[in-house]
Amino acid sequence: MRNAMVRLEPRREPSRVMLYATPFVAFVLTLLAGLVLFWALGKDPVRALGLIFITPLTSVRGVAELLVKSTPLILIATGLAFGFRAGVWNIGAEGQFTIGAISGGAVALYFHPGGGPLLLPAMMLAGVLGGVAWAAIPALLRTHFNANEILTSLMLVYVALLLLGLMVQGPLRDPQSYNFPESKLFQNAALLPALIPKTRAHIGFLIAVGVVAVAHVLMTRHILGFMVRVFGDAPRAAAFAGFSEKRMVWLSFAISGGLAGLSGLFEAAGPVGQLVPQLPSGYGFTAIIVAFLGRLQPLGILAAGLLLGLTHIGGETAQITMSLPSATTSVFQGMLLFFLLASDVLVNFRLRFGLRAPVGVGGN
Amino acid sequence: MSMDLIVGILAGLLVAATPLILAALGELVVEKSGVLNLGVEGMMVIGAFAGFAAKVLTGSYLLAFPAAIFAGMLMGLLFGLLTQILLSNQVASGLALTLFGLGLSALFGAGWTGLTAGAFPRLNALGLPGSLAAGLDVLILLTLALVVATQYVLTRTRTGLILRAVGENHDAAHAIGYPVVAVRMLALAFGGGMAGLGGAYLSLVQTPFWVERMTAGRGWIALALVVFSAWRPFRLLAGALLFGGITILQLHSQGFGLKVDAQVLAMLPYLATLAVLVFMSRSRGAGNAAGRLRAPQSLGKVFTSTT
Repeated sequence: MRNAMVRLEPRREPSRVMLYATPFVAFVLTLLAGLVLFWALGKDPVRALGLIFITPLTSVRGVAELLVKSTPLILIATGLAFGFRAGVWNIGAEGQFTIGAISGGAVALYFHPGGGPLLLPAMMLAGVLGGVAWAAIPALLRTHFNANEILTSLMLVYVALLLLGLMVQGPLRDPQSYNFPESKLFQNAALLPALIPKTRAHIGFLIAVGVVAVAHVLMTRHILGFMVRVFGDAPRAAAFAGFSEKRMVWLSFAISGGLAGLSGLFEAAGPVGQLVPQLPSGYGFTAIIVAFLGRLQPLGILAAGLLLGLTHIGGETAQITMSLPSATTSVFQGMLLFFLLASDVLVNFRLRFGLRAPVGVGGN
Repeated sequence: MSMDLIVGILAGLLVAATPLILAALGELVVEKSGVLNLGVEGMMVIGAFAGFAAKVLTGSYLLAFPAAIFAGMLMGLLFGLLTQILLSNQVASGLALTLFGLGLSALFGAGWTGLTAGAFPRLNALGLPGSLAAGLDVLILLTLALVVATQYVLTRTRTGLILRAVGENHDAAHAIGYPVVAVRMLALAFGGGMAGLGGAYLSLVQTPFWVERMTAGRGWIALALVVFSAWRPFRLLAGALLFGGITILQLHSQGFGLKVDAQVLAMLPYLATLAVLVFMSRSRGAGNAAGRLRAPQSLGKVFTSTT
């Protein structure tokens, strides 16, 4: 960086102001890049951004859909944040989501068409356990064989998606589906109660908010949160303090896998109402962005989940009314993460302008 | 087994392995320089689309493959900008690169599905005789040559020595005057170009058409292959051929008389990757996580120059 016009100077301590300001900086930069992108695609940029970020908030249906889309994002990201903070990288939430939907859905289909008031809790339990079981594989491979959990958890996403296809063609297929790969429609007892009448918004959102509150307390007031932070910031110190790395890996995967499984079940028992191969639609990957955008803190994740949920619906609206490709949303989300990571440099470094280093800093 | 069948299987093996070899070889060089780029999948899929679009627009392979390489390089350099200049977390940046690449290629590729790039000429079109020549193409030969060249450059040249010095200990390399950031940017450009070429091999030679997300996890398998190879090009070649073999098994299972669901067969490459990761990671005994696999010692660590 010698002789550069702009230099990076390390801060003694990370800037708290920047830590909370950079998500907004990243969001504004994404909007600007979005303007350019739409202009390049020959679409009216102002209209497109309006459709994506404002139109969904102007109707009850739009708000309800926002809750539907942000519920899995918030749930999964809250779980992932534990591991990411401790340096445990579960990238396979999409797979745990899928297995949660299969196992929870299987409980519903087993009792079809019956089922009392205990059916939904049983399905939720099965969904959580399914997610935990799928997440336990990379955890085990890491703790016993030292296999990189990023690659193993990701490989298991592909396996889980194929497993879902196998299930809805075989054991869980609706016999009356004329060979379509899909399960029976869930019975009423297996569907999540609506949160807003006559919309798809379901009580899963309330549970997600509850999970955020619990996670917030755990992170800030409980020994677990302290352990997680020590592991992330100073793994050696954690070892000296007697915190077991294996326990941390297991815990991270259990929490994130369980919450991903639960949100998979919510998706099946909520907006979709059956098991279909298209059920997993990328929430597990988008949640990674949500976790980072929310600064790996539960309350931040709540806000980030709502924001990215908004881009999901807005993207769909823009797709229908302006015939924008469906991939527009993922480009936006990718850019958002880029800009966030790029502007994060301001948290740990200070920008210095000019040719020479200030007196007393540096040795050149 | 007839001679023709054996030759056909061998050619199919190489065709299936080539994109993996290209992408993994690029990542191997990147990791040797001390950078972990998890965005291989994103760079590959961008290369697949760029190459395909360039071929359909210009009709020329001599423009299509360089276009794919260039697009991959840009992606690699974008990762470099984030992680080497702006010092972002490499794991998160790599994931962002993959998500961004998958999205961007799908966005621009939305109108290109259903077109074809035309059949890529095999070696017999160049006048070479034999049934093996009918199954192979010039890019396979180029890829095999690149494996040898990479091994040579890494172990026998000054360039390779500098690259490895930067990857093993960036502070020491910096202290004796090697430009750490510049070396890593070059490595990332190389890795991106190779991933782009690997992607283009999929969309121009193997299939040859464009579908969004057509890489289907091959970028991630390439990353696993680098671990499998213990950062050695010839072992990487062996690993990629193993995966090629699994793909062949998938394609010819009916011919072999296996009665297994298509989905179960499709799981095989991913399950094999898991098995390979477990086997490789455990066979190195105890020690610290990096030393166990002979990984470059500075792999994934952030470098800031102190002067």
